[in-house]
Amino acid sequence: MGTPAIEIEGLTKDYAVGFWRKRTRRALDGLTFQVREGEVFGFLGPNGAGKTTTLKLLMGLIFPTSGTARIRGRSIDDVEMHREIGFLPEQPYFYDYLTARELLDYSARFFRFTEADRRERVTRFLERVGLSAAADVQLRRFSKGMLQRVGIAQAILHDPQVIFLDEPTSGLDPVGRREVRDIILDLQRQGRTVFFSTHILPDAEVLCDRVAVLVGGKLQGVGTPQEIVSIEVQGMEILFELPAGRSVPGALAGRVTPSGVAYRLEVPEAELYDAITQLRAAEARILSVTQLKPTLEDYFFRLVGRETAPSYAVEVANK
Amino acid sequence: MSSVPLFVAVNTFRESVRDRVLYNLIFFALLMMAAAVLVGQISIGIERLVIINLGLSAISLLGLVMSVFIGVGLVYKEIEKRTLYSILAKPVRRWEFLAGKYLGLLLTLAINTALMTLGLFLALLYVDRAIGRADAHILLAVYFILLEFALVTALALFFSCFSTPILSTLYTLGLYVAGMFASDLRDAGALSSSGAVKAVTSVLYYALPNFSNFNVIGATAHGDPIPISLVWQNTAYAAIYILALLLAASAVFSNRNLK
Repeated sequence: MGTPAIEIEGLTKDYAVGFWRKRTRRALDGLTFQVREGEVFGFLGPNGAGKTTTLKLLMGLIFPTSGTARIRGRSIDDVEMHREIGFLPEQPYFYDYLTARELLDYSARFFRFTEADRRERVTRFLERVGLSAAADVQLRRFSKGMLQRVGIAQAILHDPQVIFLDEPTSGLDPVGRREVRDIILDLQRQGRTVFFSTHILPDAEVLCDRVAVLVGGKLQGVGTPQEIVSIEVQGMEILFELPAGRSVPGALAGRVTPSGVAYRLEVPEAELYDAITQLRAAEARILSVTQLKPTLEDYFFRLVGRETAPSYAVEVANK
Repeated sequence: MSSVPLFVAVNTFRESVRDRVLYNLIFFALLMMAAAVLVGQISIGIERLVIINLGLSAISLLGLVMSVFIGVGLVYKEIEKRTLYSILAKPVRRWEFLAGKYLGLLLTLAINTALMTLGLFLALLYVDRAIGRADAHILLAVYFILLEFALVTALALFFSCFSTPILSTLYTLGLYVAGMFASDLRDAGALSSSGAVKAVTSVLYYALPNFSNFNVIGATAHGDPIPISLVWQNTAYAAIYILALLLAASAVFSNRNLK
Protein backbone atom coordinates (compact mmCIF):
# COMPACT_ATOMS: atom_id res chain seq x y z
CA MET A 1 0.00 0.00 0.00
CA GLY A 2 1.39 3.44 -0.93
CA THR A 3 1.73 6.54 1.20
CA PRO A 4 -1.64 7.70 2.51
CA ALA A 5 -2.94 10.97 1.06
CA ILE A 6 -3.47 12.32 4.57
CA GLU A 7 -2.05 11.01 7.85
CA ILE A 8 -3.19 12.61 11.07
CA GLU A 9 -1.56 11.48 14.32
CA GLY A 10 -2.72 12.67 17.74
CA LEU A 11 -3.67 16.12 16.49
CA THR A 12 -4.75 18.29 19.41
CA LYS A 13 -5.67 21.95 19.56
CA ASP A 14 -6.26 23.97 22.71
CA TYR A 15 -7.49 27.53 22.77
CA ALA A 16 -7.04 29.97 25.62
CA VAL A 17 -10.36 31.53 26.58
CA GLY A 18 -11.27 34.26 29.06
CA PHE A 19 -9.77 37.71 29.44
CA TRP A 20 -8.49 37.91 32.99
CA ARG A 21 -8.51 34.29 34.07
CA LYS A 22 -7.20 32.32 31.14
CA ARG A 23 -8.66 28.87 30.76
CA THR A 24 -8.01 26.26 28.14
CA ARG A 25 -10.68 24.93 25.83
CA ARG A 26 -9.80 21.81 23.88
CA ALA A 27 -11.19 22.14 20.36
CA LEU A 28 -9.58 18.97 19.04
CA ASP A 29 -8.52 16.00 21.12
CA GLY A 30 -5.94 13.52 19.85
CA LEU A 31 -7.35 13.15 16.35
CA THR A 32 -5.83 10.15 14.53
CA PHE A 33 -6.83 8.70 11.16
CA GLN A 34 -5.64 8.25 7.59
CA VAL A 35 -7.15 9.00 4.21
CA ARG A 36 -6.14 6.84 1.25
CA GLU A 37 -5.11 8.15 -2.16
CA GLY A 38 -8.07 8.54 -4.51
CA GLU A 39 -10.67 8.42 -1.76
CA VAL A 40 -13.60 10.76 -1.29
CA PHE A 41 -13.53 11.17 2.45
CA GLY A 42 -16.29 12.84 4.42
CA PHE A 43 -15.58 14.57 7.69
CA LEU A 44 -18.86 14.66 9.58
CA GLY A 45 -19.87 16.40 12.74
CA PRO A 46 -22.27 18.96 14.18
CA ASN A 47 -21.31 22.62 14.36
CA GLY A 48 -18.51 23.19 16.83
CA ALA A 49 -17.28 19.60 16.55
CA GLY A 50 -13.82 20.68 15.37
CA LYS A 51 -14.14 20.08 11.62
CA THR A 52 -13.03 23.56 10.57
CA THR A 53 -10.31 23.53 13.25
CA THR A 54 -8.93 20.34 11.71
CA LEU A 55 -8.96 21.84 8.22
CA LYS A 56 -7.30 25.04 9.44
CA LEU A 57 -4.59 22.96 11.13
CA LEU A 58 -3.99 20.99 7.93
CA MET A 59 -3.79 24.22 5.91
CA GLY A 60 -1.30 25.80 8.33
CA LEU A 61 -3.70 28.60 9.27
CA ILE A 62 -3.43 27.63 12.94
CA PHE A 63 -0.83 25.56 14.74
CA PRO A 64 -1.40 22.34 16.71
CA THR A 65 -0.90 22.16 20.46
CA SER A 66 0.41 18.65 19.90
CA GLY A 67 0.35 15.94 17.27
CA THR A 68 1.41 15.82 13.65
CA ALA A 69 -0.12 15.62 10.22
CA ARG A 70 1.30 14.75 6.82
CA ILE A 71 -0.18 15.21 3.39
CA ARG A 72 1.20 12.90 0.68
CA GLY A 73 4.06 12.11 3.00
CA ARG A 74 5.06 15.75 3.58
CA SER A 75 4.70 17.66 6.80
CA ILE A 76 1.96 20.29 6.93
CA ASP A 77 4.71 22.80 7.84
CA ASP A 78 6.22 22.35 4.39
CA VAL A 79 4.95 25.23 2.24
CA GLU A 80 5.96 23.41 -0.97
CA MET A 81 3.44 20.70 -0.06
CA HIS A 82 0.76 23.29 -0.85
CA ARG A 83 1.51 22.88 -4.56
CA GLU A 84 -0.24 19.51 -4.34
CA ILE A 85 -3.35 20.58 -2.47
CA GLY A 86 -6.37 22.78 -3.03
CA PHE A 87 -8.59 24.33 -0.37
CA LEU A 88 -12.09 25.76 -0.31
CA PRO A 89 -12.69 27.56 3.02
CA GLU A 90 -16.07 27.49 4.74
CA GLN A 91 -18.29 30.32 3.48
CA PRO A 92 -15.49 31.53 1.26
CA TYR A 93 -14.60 35.20 1.23
CA PHE A 94 -12.62 36.51 -1.67
CA TYR A 95 -11.42 39.92 -2.76
CA ASP A 96 -14.77 41.32 -3.83
CA TYR A 97 -13.20 44.07 -5.94
CA LEU A 98 -11.88 41.39 -8.32
CA THR A 99 -13.83 39.72 -11.09
CA ALA A 100 -14.05 35.92 -11.15
CA ARG A 101 -11.49 35.83 -13.95
CA GLU A 102 -9.10 38.12 -12.05
CA LEU A 103 -9.41 36.05 -8.86
CA LEU A 104 -8.61 32.83 -10.69
CA ASP A 105 -5.74 34.51 -12.52
CA TYR A 106 -4.37 35.79 -9.20
CA SER A 107 -4.73 32.32 -7.66
CA ALA A 108 -2.96 30.70 -10.61
CA ARG A 109 0.00 33.06 -10.33
CA PHE A 110 1.18 31.29 -7.18
CA PHE A 111 1.88 28.19 -9.25
CA ARG A 112 4.50 27.91 -11.94
CA PHE A 113 2.39 28.20 -15.06
CA THR A 114 3.30 30.01 -18.26
CA GLU A 115 1.09 32.96 -19.04
CA ALA A 116 -0.63 31.06 -21.87
CA ASP A 117 -1.27 28.05 -19.61
CA ARG A 118 -2.60 30.31 -16.88
CA ARG A 119 -5.08 31.99 -19.21
CA GLU A 120 -6.20 28.70 -20.66
CA ARG A 121 -6.75 27.22 -17.19
CA VAL A 122 -8.71 30.23 -15.98
CA THR A 123 -11.04 30.04 -18.98
CA ARG A 124 -11.38 26.26 -18.69
CA PHE A 125 -12.17 26.26 -14.98
CA LEU A 126 -14.61 29.15 -15.26
CA GLU A 127 -16.44 27.03 -17.79
CA ARG A 128 -16.20 23.93 -15.60
CA VAL A 129 -17.94 25.62 -12.69
CA GLY A 130 -20.47 27.29 -14.98
CA LEU A 131 -19.27 30.85 -14.54
CA SER A 132 -18.18 31.73 -18.08
CA ALA A 133 -21.01 34.21 -18.48
CA ALA A 134 -20.12 35.95 -15.20
CA ALA A 135 -16.35 35.80 -15.68
CA ASP A 136 -15.93 39.56 -15.82
CA VAL A 137 -18.39 40.49 -13.09
CA GLN A 138 -16.97 41.72 -9.76
CA LEU A 139 -17.37 39.17 -6.97
CA ARG A 140 -19.27 41.69 -4.84
CA ARG A 141 -22.20 41.09 -7.21
CA PHE A 142 -22.04 37.31 -6.86
CA SER A 143 -24.61 35.18 -5.04
CA LYS A 144 -23.50 32.73 -2.36
CA GLY A 145 -23.77 29.83 -4.78
CA MET A 146 -21.67 31.63 -7.38
CA LEU A 147 -19.01 32.43 -4.75
CA GLN A 148 -18.94 28.78 -3.76
CA ARG A 149 -18.37 27.82 -7.37
CA VAL A 150 -15.58 30.34 -7.91
CA GLY A 151 -14.13 29.07 -4.62
CA ILE A 152 -14.09 25.52 -5.93
CA ALA A 153 -12.50 26.72 -9.18
CA GLN A 154 -9.65 28.46 -7.32
CA ALA A 155 -9.13 25.31 -5.26
CA ILE A 156 -8.75 22.96 -8.23
CA LEU A 157 -7.37 25.01 -11.11
CA HIS A 158 -3.78 23.90 -10.45
CA ASP A 159 -4.79 20.21 -10.65
CA PRO A 160 -4.02 19.39 -7.01
CA GLN A 161 -3.82 15.75 -5.91
CA VAL A 162 -5.63 16.34 -2.62
CA ILE A 163 -8.57 18.73 -2.38
CA PHE A 164 -9.93 19.99 0.93
CA LEU A 165 -13.46 21.40 0.90
CA ASP A 166 -14.96 22.89 4.06
CA GLU A 167 -18.75 22.55 3.95
CA PRO A 168 -18.86 22.79 0.14
CA THR A 169 -22.62 22.29 -0.16
CA SER A 170 -23.70 24.28 2.87
CA GLY A 171 -26.18 27.03 2.10
CA LEU A 172 -26.61 26.05 -1.55
CA ASP A 173 -29.91 25.45 -3.28
CA PRO A 174 -30.61 21.92 -4.60
CA VAL A 175 -29.23 22.77 -8.04
CA GLY A 176 -26.04 24.22 -6.53
CA ARG A 177 -25.61 21.18 -4.29
CA ARG A 178 -26.02 18.87 -7.25
CA GLU A 179 -23.39 20.81 -9.21
CA VAL A 180 -20.90 20.64 -6.33
CA ARG A 181 -21.56 16.91 -5.95
CA ASP A 182 -20.90 16.44 -9.68
CA ILE A 183 -17.59 18.28 -9.40
CA ILE A 184 -16.53 16.08 -6.46
CA LEU A 185 -17.49 12.92 -8.36
CA ASP A 186 -15.60 14.21 -11.38
CA LEU A 187 -12.49 14.74 -9.23
CA GLN A 188 -12.88 11.21 -7.89
CA ARG A 189 -12.99 9.83 -11.43
CA GLN A 190 -9.71 11.64 -12.11
CA GLY A 191 -8.14 9.81 -9.17
CA ARG A 192 -7.93 12.82 -6.88
CA THR A 193 -8.34 12.57 -3.14
CA VAL A 194 -11.19 14.71 -1.85
CA PHE A 195 -11.52 15.47 1.86
CA PHE A 196 -14.64 17.40 2.67
CA SER A 197 -16.37 18.38 5.85
CA THR A 198 -20.11 18.43 6.04
CA HIS A 199 -23.06 18.17 8.36
CA ILE A 200 -25.35 17.13 5.52
CA LEU A 201 -25.75 13.36 5.72
CA PRO A 202 -27.19 12.73 2.21
CA ASP A 203 -24.07 14.33 0.71
CA ALA A 204 -21.86 11.97 2.68
CA GLU A 205 -24.02 8.99 1.72
CA VAL A 206 -23.92 9.80 -1.98
CA LEU A 207 -20.29 10.86 -2.31
CA CYS A 208 -18.05 9.26 0.27
CA ASP A 209 -16.02 6.11 0.16
CA ARG A 210 -15.38 6.54 3.87
CA VAL A 211 -16.31 9.03 6.55
CA ALA A 212 -14.97 10.08 9.93
CA VAL A 213 -17.31 11.38 12.59
CA LEU A 214 -16.17 14.05 14.99
CA VAL A 215 -18.14 15.20 18.04
CA GLY A 216 -16.86 17.60 20.67
CA GLY A 217 -13.35 17.50 19.20
CA LYS A 218 -13.12 13.72 19.52
CA LEU A 219 -13.18 11.16 16.75
CA GLN A 220 -16.15 8.82 17.11
CA GLY A 221 -15.27 6.46 14.29
CA VAL A 222 -13.97 6.00 10.75
CA GLY A 223 -15.45 3.74 8.10
CA THR A 224 -17.91 3.57 5.24
CA PRO A 225 -21.04 5.70 5.71
CA GLN A 226 -23.09 2.54 6.22
CA GLU A 227 -20.75 1.24 8.91
CA ILE A 228 -20.40 4.50 10.75
CA VAL A 229 -23.70 6.25 10.54
CA SER A 230 -25.59 2.95 10.37
CA ILE A 231 -28.17 4.36 8.04
CA GLU A 232 -30.74 1.71 8.77
CA VAL A 233 -34.20 2.21 7.42
CA GLN A 234 -36.46 3.11 10.31
CA GLY A 235 -39.69 2.40 8.47
CA MET A 236 -41.74 3.22 5.40
CA GLU A 237 -44.00 6.16 4.75
CA ILE A 238 -46.99 5.72 2.44
CA LEU A 239 -48.94 8.71 1.14
CA PHE A 240 -52.34 7.84 -0.31
CA GLU A 241 -55.72 9.24 -1.29
CA LEU A 242 -59.10 7.62 -0.72
CA PRO A 243 -62.06 7.83 -3.08
CA ALA A 244 -65.19 9.51 -1.72
CA GLY A 245 -67.13 7.28 0.62
CA ARG A 246 -64.23 4.92 1.39
CA SER A 247 -62.57 4.80 4.77
CA VAL A 248 -59.19 3.67 6.01
CA PRO A 249 -59.07 -0.11 6.56
CA GLY A 250 -59.67 -0.94 10.19
CA ALA A 251 -56.31 -2.57 10.88
CA LEU A 252 -54.48 0.57 9.73
CA ALA A 253 -56.88 3.20 11.05
CA GLY A 254 -54.96 3.93 14.25
CA ARG A 255 -51.68 4.62 12.39
CA VAL A 256 -52.99 6.91 9.66
CA THR A 257 -52.73 10.68 9.95
CA PRO A 258 -54.35 13.16 7.54
CA SER A 259 -51.82 15.05 5.41
CA GLY A 260 -53.55 17.82 3.47
CA VAL A 261 -56.04 16.18 1.10
CA ALA A 262 -54.17 12.87 1.43
CA TYR A 263 -53.33 10.46 4.24
CA ARG A 264 -49.99 9.46 5.69
CA LEU A 265 -49.19 6.03 7.04
CA GLU A 266 -45.97 4.87 8.72
CA VAL A 267 -45.31 1.14 8.85
CA PRO A 268 -42.31 -1.08 9.60
CA GLU A 269 -40.46 -2.18 6.43
CA ALA A 270 -41.58 -5.81 6.90
CA GLU A 271 -45.27 -4.80 6.89
CA LEU A 272 -45.08 -2.63 3.75
CA TYR A 273 -46.58 -5.05 1.23
CA ASP A 274 -49.31 -6.11 3.64
CA ALA A 275 -50.25 -2.45 4.20
CA ILE A 276 -50.30 -1.79 0.44
CA THR A 277 -52.54 -4.83 -0.12
CA GLN A 278 -55.00 -3.51 2.47
CA LEU A 279 -54.98 -0.04 0.97
CA ARG A 280 -55.56 -1.37 -2.54
CA ALA A 281 -58.45 -3.43 -1.23
CA ALA A 282 -59.91 -0.16 0.05
CA GLU A 283 -59.35 1.31 -3.49
CA ALA A 284 -56.83 3.78 -2.13
CA ARG A 285 -54.65 5.62 -4.66
CA ILE A 286 -51.04 5.36 -3.51
CA LEU A 287 -49.17 8.61 -4.16
CA SER A 288 -45.72 7.72 -2.83
CA VAL A 289 -43.76 5.21 -0.79
CA THR A 290 -40.64 6.56 0.94
CA GLN A 291 -37.98 5.02 3.17
CA LEU A 292 -37.70 6.71 6.56
CA LYS A 293 -34.04 7.13 7.53
CA PRO A 294 -32.56 8.83 10.55
CA THR A 295 -31.33 12.33 9.87
CA LEU A 296 -27.84 13.39 10.77
CA GLU A 297 -29.39 15.31 13.63
CA ASP A 298 -30.93 12.07 14.91
CA TYR A 299 -27.55 10.44 14.57
CA PHE A 300 -25.73 13.15 16.48
CA PHE A 301 -28.34 13.24 19.18
CA ARG A 302 -27.96 9.52 19.59
CA LEU A 303 -24.18 9.78 19.62
CA VAL A 304 -23.69 12.59 22.08
CA GLY A 305 -26.87 12.15 24.11
CA ARG A 306 -29.25 14.98 24.82
CA GLU A 307 -28.28 15.26 28.45
CA THR A 308 -24.53 15.36 27.96
CA ALA A 309 -24.33 17.79 25.07
CA PRO A 310 -26.95 20.50 25.25
CA SER A 311 -24.76 22.91 23.29
CA TYR A 312 -24.70 20.57 20.30
CA ALA A 313 -28.42 20.17 20.56
CA VAL A 314 -28.86 23.92 20.28
CA GLU A 315 -26.47 24.24 17.38
CA VAL A 316 -27.96 21.36 15.47
CA ALA A 317 -31.48 22.66 16.06
CA ASN A 318 -30.50 26.01 14.62
CA LYS A 319 -29.29 24.44 11.38
CA MET B 1 13.97 35.23 -5.54
CA SER B 2 10.30 34.53 -4.92
CA SER B 3 7.80 36.37 -7.09
CA VAL B 4 5.01 35.87 -4.54
CA PRO B 5 5.43 39.29 -2.84
CA LEU B 6 5.20 40.91 -6.27
CA PHE B 7 1.86 39.19 -7.04
CA VAL B 8 0.47 40.18 -3.64
CA ALA B 9 1.79 43.74 -4.08
CA VAL B 10 0.12 44.18 -7.46
CA ASN B 11 -3.16 42.90 -6.04
CA THR B 12 -2.90 45.24 -3.05
CA PHE B 13 -2.32 48.15 -5.42
CA ARG B 14 -5.32 47.06 -7.49
CA GLU B 15 -7.42 47.02 -4.32
CA SER B 16 -6.42 50.62 -3.55
CA VAL B 17 -7.32 51.73 -7.05
CA ARG B 18 -10.68 49.91 -7.04
CA ASP B 19 -11.47 51.23 -3.56
CA ARG B 20 -10.96 54.73 -4.99
CA VAL B 21 -8.08 55.53 -2.66
CA LEU B 22 -6.48 57.67 -5.35
CA TYR B 23 -9.48 60.00 -5.26
CA ASN B 24 -7.50 62.07 -2.76
CA LEU B 25 -5.66 63.33 -5.84
CA ILE B 26 -8.75 65.29 -6.80
CA PHE B 27 -8.61 67.11 -3.49
CA PHE B 28 -4.91 67.82 -4.00
CA ALA B 29 -5.48 69.05 -7.55
CA LEU B 30 -8.21 71.43 -6.39
CA LEU B 31 -5.98 72.67 -3.55
CA MET B 32 -3.08 73.33 -5.91
CA MET B 33 -5.29 75.09 -8.46
CA ALA B 34 -6.86 77.29 -5.80
CA ALA B 35 -3.44 78.07 -4.30
CA ALA B 36 -1.91 78.88 -7.68
CA VAL B 37 -4.71 81.28 -8.56
CA LEU B 38 -4.96 82.95 -5.14
CA VAL B 39 -1.31 83.15 -4.22
CA GLY B 40 -0.52 85.65 -6.97
CA GLN B 41 -3.15 88.01 -5.61
CA ILE B 42 -2.27 87.89 -1.92
CA SER B 43 1.50 87.38 -1.74
CA ILE B 44 4.01 89.48 -3.64
CA GLY B 45 7.35 87.86 -4.34
CA ILE B 46 6.81 84.81 -2.18
CA GLU B 47 4.52 82.86 -4.49
CA ARG B 48 7.07 80.08 -4.94
CA LEU B 49 7.65 79.79 -1.21
CA VAL B 50 3.93 79.51 -0.50
CA ILE B 51 3.23 77.03 -3.30
CA ILE B 52 6.18 74.76 -2.40
CA ASN B 53 5.36 74.90 1.30
CA LEU B 54 1.68 74.22 0.76
CA GLY B 55 2.26 71.57 -1.92
CA LEU B 56 4.86 69.57 0.02
CA SER B 57 2.85 69.83 3.24
CA ALA B 58 -0.27 68.55 1.47
CA ILE B 59 1.69 65.70 -0.16
CA SER B 60 3.09 64.77 3.23
CA LEU B 61 -0.23 64.99 5.09
CA LEU B 62 -2.36 63.13 2.53
CA GLY B 63 0.25 60.40 2.16
CA LEU B 64 0.60 60.10 5.90
CA VAL B 65 -3.14 59.65 6.32
CA MET B 66 -3.07 56.91 3.64
CA SER B 67 -0.04 55.20 5.20
CA VAL B 68 -1.64 55.03 8.62
CA PHE B 69 -5.26 54.31 7.79
CA ILE B 70 -4.64 51.78 5.02
CA GLY B 71 -1.53 50.38 6.72
CA VAL B 72 -3.32 49.44 9.95
CA GLY B 73 -5.86 47.39 7.98
CA LEU B 74 -3.39 45.67 5.66
CA VAL B 75 -3.23 42.41 7.58
CA TYR B 76 -6.09 42.88 10.03
CA LYS B 77 -8.66 43.21 7.25
CA GLU B 78 -7.38 40.08 5.53
CA ILE B 79 -7.75 38.11 8.76
CA GLU B 80 -11.15 39.58 9.63
CA LYS B 81 -12.56 38.99 6.14
CA ARG B 82 -10.75 35.65 5.95
CA THR B 83 -9.58 36.51 2.43
CA LEU B 84 -6.09 35.26 3.21
CA TYR B 85 -7.29 31.72 4.00
CA SER B 86 -7.34 30.68 0.37
CA ILE B 87 -4.05 32.52 -0.29
CA LEU B 88 -2.12 30.90 2.57
CA ALA B 89 -3.43 27.49 1.48
CA LYS B 90 -1.36 28.02 -1.66
CA PRO B 91 2.44 27.81 -1.72
CA VAL B 92 2.73 31.21 -0.05
CA ARG B 93 4.90 31.82 3.01
CA ARG B 94 3.50 34.22 5.54
CA TRP B 95 6.47 36.57 5.26
CA GLU B 96 5.99 36.66 1.49
CA PHE B 97 2.37 37.67 1.96
CA LEU B 98 3.38 40.34 4.46
CA ALA B 99 6.13 41.70 2.20
CA GLY B 100 3.65 41.81 -0.68
CA LYS B 101 1.08 43.76 1.32
CA TYR B 102 3.77 46.22 2.38
CA LEU B 103 5.15 46.70 -1.12
CA GLY B 104 1.63 47.05 -2.51
CA LEU B 105 0.80 49.96 -0.24
CA LEU B 106 4.21 51.48 -0.92
CA LEU B 107 3.52 51.25 -4.66
CA THR B 108 0.17 53.00 -4.13
CA LEU B 109 1.83 55.73 -2.07
CA ALA B 110 4.65 56.18 -4.61
CA ILE B 111 2.25 56.58 -7.53
CA ASN B 112 0.00 58.85 -5.50
CA THR B 113 2.99 60.98 -4.46
CA ALA B 114 4.38 61.08 -8.00
CA LEU B 115 1.07 62.40 -9.35
CA MET B 116 0.83 64.99 -6.57
CA THR B 117 4.41 66.09 -7.24
CA LEU B 118 3.48 66.55 -10.88
CA GLY B 119 0.58 68.72 -9.71
CA LEU B 120 2.94 70.78 -7.56
CA PHE B 121 5.27 71.41 -10.50
CA LEU B 122 2.32 72.39 -12.69
CA ALA B 123 1.22 74.90 -10.02
CA LEU B 124 4.78 76.27 -9.88
CA LEU B 125 4.83 76.53 -13.64
CA TYR B 126 1.59 78.48 -13.50
CA VAL B 127 2.82 81.06 -10.96
CA ASP B 128 6.44 81.28 -12.19
CA ARG B 129 5.98 80.57 -15.90
CA ALA B 130 9.15 78.48 -15.72
CA ILE B 131 10.74 75.55 -13.89
CA GLY B 132 14.51 75.64 -13.46
CA ARG B 133 17.19 73.23 -12.34
CA ALA B 134 16.97 74.78 -8.88
CA ASP B 135 13.55 73.22 -8.53
CA ALA B 136 15.10 69.76 -8.58
CA HIS B 137 15.66 70.02 -4.83
CA ILE B 138 11.88 69.71 -4.46
CA LEU B 139 12.31 66.14 -5.66
CA LEU B 140 14.74 65.54 -2.82
CA ALA B 141 12.13 66.73 -0.31
CA VAL B 142 9.60 64.42 -1.97
CA TYR B 143 12.08 61.56 -1.66
CA PHE B 144 12.36 62.22 2.09
CA ILE B 145 8.57 62.31 2.35
CA LEU B 146 8.44 58.90 0.64
CA LEU B 147 10.98 57.53 3.12
CA GLU B 148 8.76 58.83 5.88
CA PHE B 149 5.73 57.05 4.35
CA ALA B 150 7.71 53.82 4.06
CA LEU B 151 8.63 54.00 7.73
CA VAL B 152 5.10 54.89 8.89
CA THR B 153 3.64 52.09 6.74
CA ALA B 154 6.08 49.59 8.28
CA LEU B 155 4.99 50.73 11.75
CA ALA B 156 1.30 50.43 10.84
CA LEU B 157 1.84 47.01 9.26
CA PHE B 158 3.69 45.79 12.35
CA PHE B 159 0.81 46.77 14.63
CA SER B 160 -1.70 45.43 12.11
CA CYS B 161 -0.27 41.94 12.66
CA PHE B 162 -1.53 41.69 16.22
CA SER B 163 -3.84 44.60 17.02
CA THR B 164 -7.14 46.13 15.97
CA PRO B 165 -7.15 49.03 13.48
CA ILE B 166 -8.18 51.57 16.16
CA LEU B 167 -5.38 50.61 18.53
CA SER B 168 -2.90 50.27 15.67
CA THR B 169 -3.80 53.79 14.52
CA LEU B 170 -3.22 55.13 18.02
CA TYR B 171 0.11 53.32 18.34
CA THR B 172 1.32 54.41 14.92
CA LEU B 173 0.27 58.05 15.28
CA GLY B 174 1.63 58.10 18.83
CA LEU B 175 5.02 56.87 17.66
CA TYR B 176 4.94 59.28 14.73
CA VAL B 177 4.35 62.27 17.01
CA ALA B 178 6.91 61.03 19.55
CA GLY B 179 9.36 60.43 16.71
CA MET B 180 8.92 64.01 15.48
CA PHE B 181 10.17 65.18 18.87
CA ALA B 182 12.86 62.53 19.39
CA SER B 183 15.69 65.06 19.08
CA ASP B 184 13.96 67.45 21.50
CA LEU B 185 13.62 64.59 23.97
CA ARG B 186 17.35 63.92 23.87
CA ASP B 187 18.13 67.63 24.19
CA ALA B 188 15.81 67.89 27.19
CA GLY B 189 17.55 64.94 28.79
CA ALA B 190 20.95 66.52 28.22
CA LEU B 191 19.86 69.54 30.26
CA SER B 192 18.94 67.32 33.21
CA SER B 193 21.43 66.75 35.99
CA SER B 194 19.99 63.28 36.66
CA GLY B 195 21.94 60.43 35.09
CA ALA B 196 18.82 58.26 34.99
CA VAL B 197 16.85 60.89 33.03
CA LYS B 198 19.77 61.27 30.62
CA ALA B 199 19.91 57.50 30.12
CA VAL B 200 16.15 57.13 29.58
CA THR B 201 15.92 60.03 27.11
CA SER B 202 18.97 58.72 25.30
CA VAL B 203 17.47 55.23 24.94
CA LEU B 204 14.18 56.73 23.76
CA TYR B 205 16.03 58.88 21.23
CA TYR B 206 17.65 55.83 19.67
CA ALA B 207 14.60 53.57 19.94
CA LEU B 208 11.96 55.95 18.57
CA PRO B 209 11.74 56.39 14.82
CA ASN B 210 13.32 59.81 14.24
CA PHE B 211 10.91 61.51 11.85
CA SER B 212 12.24 65.04 12.32
CA ASN B 213 15.24 64.28 10.08
CA PHE B 214 12.91 63.63 7.14
CA ASN B 215 11.25 67.04 7.31
CA VAL B 216 13.02 69.44 4.94
CA ILE B 217 9.90 71.19 3.65
CA GLY B 218 10.80 74.57 5.18
CA ALA B 219 14.37 74.45 3.92
CA THR B 220 13.21 73.39 0.44
CA ALA B 221 10.67 76.19 0.23
CA HIS B 222 13.34 78.73 1.13
CA GLY B 223 15.74 77.22 -1.41
CA ASP B 224 18.28 76.22 1.24
CA PRO B 225 20.66 73.48 0.12
CA ILE B 226 20.14 70.00 1.54
CA PRO B 227 23.43 68.29 2.40
CA ILE B 228 24.03 65.12 0.40
CA SER B 229 25.12 63.38 3.61
CA LEU B 230 21.57 63.75 4.92
CA VAL B 231 20.30 61.80 1.89
CA TRP B 232 22.53 58.83 2.71
CA GLN B 233 21.84 59.07 6.43
CA ASN B 234 18.08 59.19 5.99
CA THR B 235 18.10 56.40 3.40
CA ALA B 236 20.21 54.09 5.56
CA TYR B 237 18.27 54.98 8.71
CA ALA B 238 14.89 54.31 7.09
CA ALA B 239 16.10 51.07 5.47
CA ILE B 240 17.45 49.64 8.74
CA TYR B 241 14.43 50.69 10.78
CA ILE B 242 11.97 49.34 8.16
CA LEU B 243 13.85 46.05 7.89
CA ALA B 244 13.75 45.62 11.67
CA LEU B 245 10.01 46.37 11.74
CA LEU B 246 9.25 43.99 8.88
CA LEU B 247 11.28 41.21 10.51
CA ALA B 248 9.41 41.77 13.78
CA ALA B 249 6.07 41.84 11.96
CA SER B 250 6.98 38.64 10.12
CA ALA B 251 7.97 36.91 13.37
CA VAL B 252 4.65 37.87 14.98
CA PHE B 253 2.51 37.02 11.94
CA SER B 254 4.27 33.72 11.19
CA ASN B 255 3.44 32.38 14.63
CA ARG B 256 -0.07 33.71 14.85
CA ASN B 257 -3.12 31.45 14.90
CA LEU B 258 -5.62 32.90 12.44
CA LYS B 259 -9.16 33.11 13.75
